Amino acid sequence: MSESATRITPGNALRPEDIADRVHDGTAKPSDEVAEYALWLGDDALILAQRLGHWISRAPELEEDVALGNIALDQLGHARSFLSYAGGAWGKSEDDLAYFRDEPQFRSAHLVEQPNGDFAVTIARQFVLSHYQFELYRRLLDSADPMLAAIAAKAVKEVDYHRDHSSQWMLRLALGTDESRRRVEAAVKLIWPYLAELFEDHPLVDALPGIAVRPSELRPAFDAVTGAVLAEAQLEIPSVPSASGGGRNGRHSEHLGYLLAEMQVLARQHPGASW
Amino acid sequence: MDDTAGQANFDALMAADSRVEPRDWMPEAYRRTLVRQISQHAHSEIIGMQPEANWITRAPSLRRKAILMAKVQDEAGHGLYLYSAAETLGTPRDEMMEALIAGKARYSSIFNYPAVSWADMGAIGWLVDGAAICNQVPLCRASYGPYARAMVRICKEESFHQRQGFEILLELSRGSAVQKQMAQDAVNRWYAPSLMMFGPPDDDSPNSLQSMAWNIKRFSNDELRSRFVGMMVEQVEVLGLTLPDDQIRFNEETKKWEHGPLDWNEFKDVLAGHGPCNAQRLERRRSAHDDGAWVREAAAAYAAKQQAAVAA
Ligand SMILES: [Fe+2]
Ligand SMILES: [Fe+2]
Repeated sequence: MSESATRITPGNALRPEDIADRVHDGTAKPSDEVAEYALWLGDDALILAQRLGHWISRAPELEEDVALGNIALDQLGHARSFLSYAGGAWGKSEDDLAYFRDEPQFRSAHLVEQPNGDFAVTIARQFVLSHYQFELYRRLLDSADPMLAAIAAKAVKEVDYHRDHSSQWMLRLALGTDESRRRVEAAVKLIWPYLAELFEDHPLVDALPGIAVRPSELRPAFDAVTGAVLAEAQLEIPSVPSASGGGRNGRHSEHLGYLLAEMQVLARQHPGASW
Repeated sequence: MDDTAGQANFDALMAADSRVEPRDWMPEAYRRTLVRQISQHAHSEIIGMQPEANWITRAPSLRRKAILMAKVQDEAGHGLYLYSAAETLGTPRDEMMEALIAGKARYSSIFNYPAVSWADMGAIGWLVDGAAICNQVPLCRASYGPYARAMVRICKEESFHQRQGFEILLELSRGSAVQKQMAQDAVNRWYAPSLMMFGPPDDDSPNSLQSMAWNIKRFSNDELRSRFVGMMVEQVEVLGLTLPDDQIRFNEETKKWEHGPLDWNEFKDVLAGHGPCNAQRLERRRSAHDDGAWVREAAAAYAAKQQAAVAA
């Protein structure tokens, strides 16, 4: 087989199943550190997809059942890719990682664990996360790890739509009615404490130069882009203290346990079963 | 066009088996029948999301979770296509939605049964979407253009829905004894309600003849039901499961599949509101609608402000 046939190019979108195959046949095996980093990204996407999936059949209008469903599906796709890749380090599948890890083994940030709340809370959470993910994946395209770069290449295009969707809703809610403005202001206050954790540096990133993206480097671009939307929405950045975080080290919010209990219940009733 | 010329044009369209378009004159009864049928169909898509959405957060593998999410999301899209088709007849979506949550509109009675196990995701896809396909393929040739075109788009997606249901059941049937039992139990519960999706027997279906004369309906309820039974008999063998009906047989004389008696009293009871989940389904739709009111108002107010700004 020629080298170009096995090379992973960012333009060549990989399905989670393709990644699982490569991990299986040994053509893509991450180091423990790379796998740990892939868990950060995969767990954020997975927990968010789980949250958003709850909206389907409950959204404010049918168009939003479709839109939030789309975003959830995209995030789930990214999660499956990152987890499939991460599992290669430990001989585990995406499902082993999603269904058979306990809370302390998850690496999600507290932001994605936050409950859906009303539509404004969901949108504020989405606004922060999709702008963060966009800046992150954009830089991950240049990662020295070709698999991470390939996953990011597919994800960045989808997340670009997510940030547009949530930005549009931030404007509509902030400039719509008195009630929607009151609700979105409250939502921003509720969500903002969890923003800092996303941009905190971590020894893992130091151990992966040229491979991982340094979180603190994303902050200026994030602030500029989200700041412009908030200014147009005439929303002030709330002065609320940051929560202490700890998700990357396995210290989670109170919410994660309930979320995992629901997500994992059936799989754990039938260990080893195939579905 | 006055009524006489309009009626003549309409009759000619029917005789030629052509399409009626929104601007064409049509008899009031034809319009009313279509609004009722298309909106009921749209409501069924929307209420039908609920039993499956119930399992999105608990799907036992990430691949299944993705497929189920895509499927339930498709159903929301089907609702949208159908409400749009009904709107071309002059009834706004809001009005249809209000009728639904006020309990004044009907939707397919099968969605008033609970989805209590993961295998129900298989049985619903295989049997319920399967019956929907049998019903809907002939509707792609319905005489009202926007309805027929909506059905063409919908039918393309329905075959994926049925296939994913079949795959869920197949995987369970080939799995552990407990999984196989779960699959059989789900098929047992969804079989009779899925047969009743085709509507009452022909001798108890007073509106069918008129719908057939208007080229909306192409085959009778019993004809479609019999075809469906034939398809299921074949597929259940591949699944390694059984249908809970020992009276299924192929009648060599009529060349039709026959099945055992169905409990039409239960059907009427569930339709009248006495099913296990009627109140729950409506309440869920009502609360999604009510909880979302401020969001829809905000979007409308924002759009109006934007328009005013452009005009100024
Ligand atoms: Fe559908
Ligand atoms: Fe369907």
